[in-house]
This record gives sequence, C-alpha cells and structure tokens, in this order.
Amino acid sequence: MSSRERILGRVQRALADVGQDDTPYEQAVPREYLREHGERSVEQTVDLLAENLADYRAIVHRCTEGELAALIGRLLAERGSKTVLVPTGLDEEWLGATDAERVPDRGESTPHELDRVDSVVTACAVAIAETGTIVLDGGPDQGRRRITLVPDHHICVVRVPDQVVSAVPQALERLDPARPLTWISGPSATSDIELDRVEGVHGPRSLEVVLVSGRPDAEVTP
Amino acid sequence: MSGTFVGMPAFPKAAHDAVHNETLRGNLRHATHTIRAKRANAVAELSDWAELREAGKRIKDHTLRHLDRYLVQLEEAVTAAGGTVHWAADADEANRIVADLVKATGESEVVKVKSMATQEIGLNEALEAEGIRAYETDLAELIVQLGKDRPSHILVPAIHRNRGEIRDIFRKEMSEWGRPAPEGLTDTPTELAEAARLHLREKFLRAKVGISGANFMIAETGTLVVVESEGNGRMCLTLPETLISVVGIEKILPTWRDLEVFLQTLPRSSTAERMNPYTSMWTGTSDGGAEAGDGPRHFHLVLLDNGRTDTLADEVGRQALRCIRCSACLNVCPVYERAGGHAYGSVYPGPIGAILSPQLRGTASDIDASLPYASSLCGACYEVCPVAIDIPEVLVHLRERVVEGGPVTREGNKVVLQPAKGHAAERAAMRAARWAFTRPGVLRSGQRLASRTRRLHPRTLPGPGQAWSGSRDLPAVPAEPFRDWWQRTNGGNTEKGTSK
Ligand code: SF4
Repeated sequence: MSSRERILGRVQRALADVGQDDTPYEQAVPREYLREHGERSVEQTVDLLAENLADYRAIVHRCTEGELAALIGRLLAERGSKTVLVPTGLDEEWLGATDAERVPDRGESTPHELDRVDSVVTACAVAIAETGTIVLDGGPDQGRRRITLVPDHHICVVRVPDQVVSAVPQALERLDPARPLTWISGPSATSDIELDRVEGVHGPRSLEVVLVSGRPDAEVTP
Repeated sequence: MSGTFVGMPAFPKAAHDAVHNETLRGNLRHATHTIRAKRANAVAELSDWAELREAGKRIKDHTLRHLDRYLVQLEEAVTAAGGTVHWAADADEANRIVADLVKATGESEVVKVKSMATQEIGLNEALEAEGIRAYETDLAELIVQLGKDRPSHILVPAIHRNRGEIRDIFRKEMSEWGRPAPEGLTDTPTELAEAARLHLREKFLRAKVGISGANFMIAETGTLVVVESEGNGRMCLTLPETLISVVGIEKILPTWRDLEVFLQTLPRSSTAERMNPYTSMWTGTSDGGAEAGDGPRHFHLVLLDNGRTDTLADEVGRQALRCIRCSACLNVCPVYERAGGHAYGSVYPGPIGAILSPQLRGTASDIDASLPYASSLCGACYEVCPVAIDIPEVLVHLRERVVEGGPVTREGNKVVLQPAKGHAAERAAMRAARWAFTRPGVLRSGQRLASRTRRLHPRTLPGPGQAWSGSRDLPAVPAEPFRDWWQRTNGGNTEKGTSK
C-alpha cells in the first residue's frame, strides 16, 4: 500500500465517529466578522495606510503624478544609489529624473548580480490600510520576487486611492492566487535578540513607500 | 518523532532544573510579558475578534472532518500548477523523501526556513547522516544551531539566550559554518543582526535547494503560504532552483478566501503585529505569466502524517490539530514561564506542546506521560487561542488516558492503552502533578474560566457538527476571573499561599 492510500485510509477511519455532512462549504462556516474595521472616508483610508506604514518604520512620501519622477530621483540621490533595478513594465517616466544606471529585471541575473545593485523601484498590486501592507503580485511593473528582496533599498509606488483597500478581506479579493505574491509590511525586521527590534536582517533595510495621487491638489510631504 | 529530544528527563525533573536557572527565568519572564501586553493591544484593535476566532475554529474543524477530500483536492491543485506531491506516513519516510530529493539535485547543502514540522521529524540530523548540511537561516534558529542547542519557544526559539551569550556563540562558532563573525563584534542587537546577515547572505546567494514548511496550504488553488519577519524565508523560497516544503496534513484551508481570517488572527496573536513584515504565497512553479522564472523551477510538497491521523482519531484531542502555531498560549502560561520550553522535551513547548506531543508520539515515555500534567488548568491558554482550542479540556482528557488507560489509535491501529498504575508513566505523572500542585503561585487547580467571548462560542455545535462536540462539558464559571487573579498576584509571582 502506498503512503498516500495509508494516510487517506487512516483519515477516513479516524473520522468514523463524525458521520456524513454534505453542507456546502459556503454555508458550513459563519462569516460574521467584518469586511473592514471602522468607517473612513477615502482620504482617511489613505491617511491610515500612511500612518501604519510609518508605524512599521517604512518611510512614507506623498506626491502628485507630476512630481513623482523628481521625488524618485531625489530619493535615489540621497541614498547615493548608482544602480537601480527596474521591472520590465515600469512606467519609464518614473525614472526620468535620475542618473542611476538602470539594471533590467532579467531571468538570467544571478543572485550575486542582484546583490550588487543599490536600489529597486517598483509599483504594487494593492495596499492595505489597516495593516500597513503593500502587496506585490509579480506584475510587469513589479518584477520577480527577488528584485525587491536582495537590494538593500526598495522604493515602492502606490497609486492612491485606486490601489488602497481598507482591510485584508478586500485585498484578497483583488489578488490572483495563481501569481507569486509578496506581502510587505515595513522593512525586514527581527526581534530575536532579547525582543529588541532590529531592521534589515535579510531583506531591504530601507523601505520607502511613495503614495502618488493623480489629483493636482494633493499636498507634498517630503 | 525526532531523535532530538530522546533521553529528555520527564517534565517535572526538567522543569525543576529550569526553575533554578535564573538567566532562563529572567529572559523568559521579560519575553512573555512583553509579547503578552503587546498582543492584547493588537487584538483590541479588531472589534470583531470573537467572530474571527469563531470563524477560524469552524474553518479548521470543517477542514479536519473532510480532511481526506481536501488532501486530494490540494494534491490535484499543486500538481496542476507544476509541483510534485509526496506523502509521508512518519518521520523516517519524510526524511528519506527529502534526502533523496536533495541528492537528486546533486547538492550537498540546503538553506532552511524556520519550520516546526522539519524539527519535529529531525530533518537536519537525518540529512547530516546522508552527508547533506542544512543551514538554518532564521536568526533565532541560527543562534540555536550554532549553539548546538534546542529551540525553547515556537516563535522566538532562542528566547533563553541573552545578547552576551549570542555574541559568544557567534564569535566561537560562525567560522565553523561559513563566514566568521566580524572582528570586535559587540553584543548590541544591531551588530549581532548584521553579523548574521553577512554570514547567511553568502549562503543564500549560492543556495540551489531550499527547504521550508508552510503556515497554510489552500486546497482550492494549491497555494502555499509562509509568514515571517526577517526575509530569510523569502530568500529560501525564491532564490534556489529547487524548493521542498514539508507540511503537516492539518495545515490545509479549503479556500483562498479563508486566508482573510487567519491573516488577521495569526500575526496579532503571534508577534502582536498588525501584519508580519513578510508573507510569501506561491502556487506550484511559476513559469507562466509575464515574469517567467520567478522562483524555483522545481517544487516538491511533502505531506506529513507522523501521528496526525492518530490525533484526528481522538474525539476530544483532535481539536489540537486546529493549532496555527501562533505561540500565544506559551506567552500566557504560568507554567511555561517558569519551566521554559526545553522542559517539555518536544519541539512543541508550552500548553500546545503539552497536548500535541503526547498525542503525536503516544504516552509510552515518561516525558510524554508527564506532559498532560504540565499545566495548572488555569485556562489562560484557551482564552488567547485564536482558534479556540480548549487546551484544559484536552489536558484533563489525556490525564485520564494516562492513568485509567482506554482506547487510542497508534499508527492507524486501534489499541487499548493499559492503565498506568504502578508503571513509570503514572509515577512520572504523579510527580509532575505534585511539582505543579505544591506551587501555589503557579497553580489554580481545576479552575475553568469564563472568557469574555465564550458566550459567542456554543459549546455544542448544532446539526451535523454535534458529533464533534458531543463529549464536551460546560465550563463552571469561576469565583475570580483569571485576569483579575493575574493582575492581583502579578502573574502568580506575589502569591505565596495567602493573597494580598
Ligand atoms: S494552541 Fe492556540 S494559542 Fe497555542 S499556538 Fe496553537 S493556535 Fe496559538
């Protein structure tokens, strides 16, 4: 007998006392919990995202679409980044104001090559306000999972308010499980040494999130 | 189960030694109290916590009662997405499957994500015997591995070590395993973390094989989920060419949507964060889509039984399989706080260890027979558990089994356990009981405590669910709520027989 048959047989015998139950799954589990917590306007939801991101020590910036290239250019310059990883589908204008050498995200790049790159700029798939989370789904403007992992500095652009949801249930609805997904809440961190939080053990030590709004009147918080 | 803990003294002896280790007790008290306070705040942010907890419990119960169906569905989904599924009835078989998979790649070293399942089966030791070196990459696991030590907490396995000890371990041992510790390494957490970063990065960048567990597996889609903080998980899950995940069969969720419950309750119960820094989700191998070649080209899922089906066969004990390993129950347990994780002689310490280990391994050994007594039955573990496992109920049930004997399932066969009278097991159990019962600050014996949310959790499920809960009794409401007692006595520390 294969182990597969053995295990499935054991499961069936173990459940002999339970009896038949053909309730469809949708009815078997009560889902009386909330879709989101509290009532917020769109602006308040974006503010909460910014607040929770910052609480997890991500550096949050806000700008309009027109200001985005200049802001990204400044952030890369302030870091002294000479090279920047670029997903294949990233809006070219975003990097219109930087001298940093562009390194394309390619399947052939070795981890060692990625390790030599200073920064990475990506978009995201969705951002969750209540938890301060950005989610990447490997789309053309986000690239492979490893490019936001190996370099030490990640700039992630979130389109507000379109890409922002309030809570986890709403984010899952927007995502496709067939894609490789990375949920990021603040920079890499550990609390393994006497529970003192230290940033950047293995992932990027700096996470900068740019909330870019299409509205012309959006304020800039440098 | 693993050979790691073979030869462990039974709980009372191990606990007795631990209680006299001042460093251990100090570190533990600091850690558990810190996490406990933070957790309460994180939970309080969600006004629907009781409903989330109930949904989590019901999703897990539903999954367990249809586990055969969901296992087959998961297998189909993983296979359709380009992965390969293996089935392992016990630790030896799982270890053999993994060792053979690694050997087939031609590699002799692997990088590992922190995983309780692989600790449970003693994978590192089994690989070592086959000439394969397994590098733990979680900072705490690295500290444990370099220190030739055992983990003592589910979430923070090196919680029993302080910064000075960690520096000494790094200075002494890192060069044995790869890049040595930097010259003049001090004991500041930042420097220690940096030393670990450099030491491990060279391993990540050359690794061809990664080994992980998983927090969740989605039957509907074949998706696996790993929740972590440091990014070492992401390194192991995405950089190697081959990924092997060893996962207990109870870790299934039926649908993608179910994650909306557990991604809210797990981080808050565990690290007391709104969300852990990194969560990775992958479905088979990802060679489709716009970004071909994102992640490993080969993916193997090893589905592990190793006593889980035996646990499933126990009407009362099976609820332990709902556990999502958040470790909240450890941090509130007065016995764990004093005895430390090692005393439990198992990779699963604390209250969950006290009910899970004797079920996975049986109660033949002294340590396993004594574990159901490693508790004061104060009920704090049940109150915090995000999937509402009634740990005190299972403890009492297992005590009865040890002392009175009765029918149990071992390796799929029904056997009748002999009463432990006059046997070593009972003596161990009685010693454990005496150890616990002579410590008034530790113990509120037999008290069953009403939680604020308990009203929302029917003790007997309606309809077809009845069989699950038919054997349960209703809790008596205590004279003094646990929280009040806890506050009044400073967690039992100031209570010495007389209350203040
Ligand atoms: S028993 Fe409950 S509280 Fe303890 S680790 Fe498991 S899920 Fe968490």
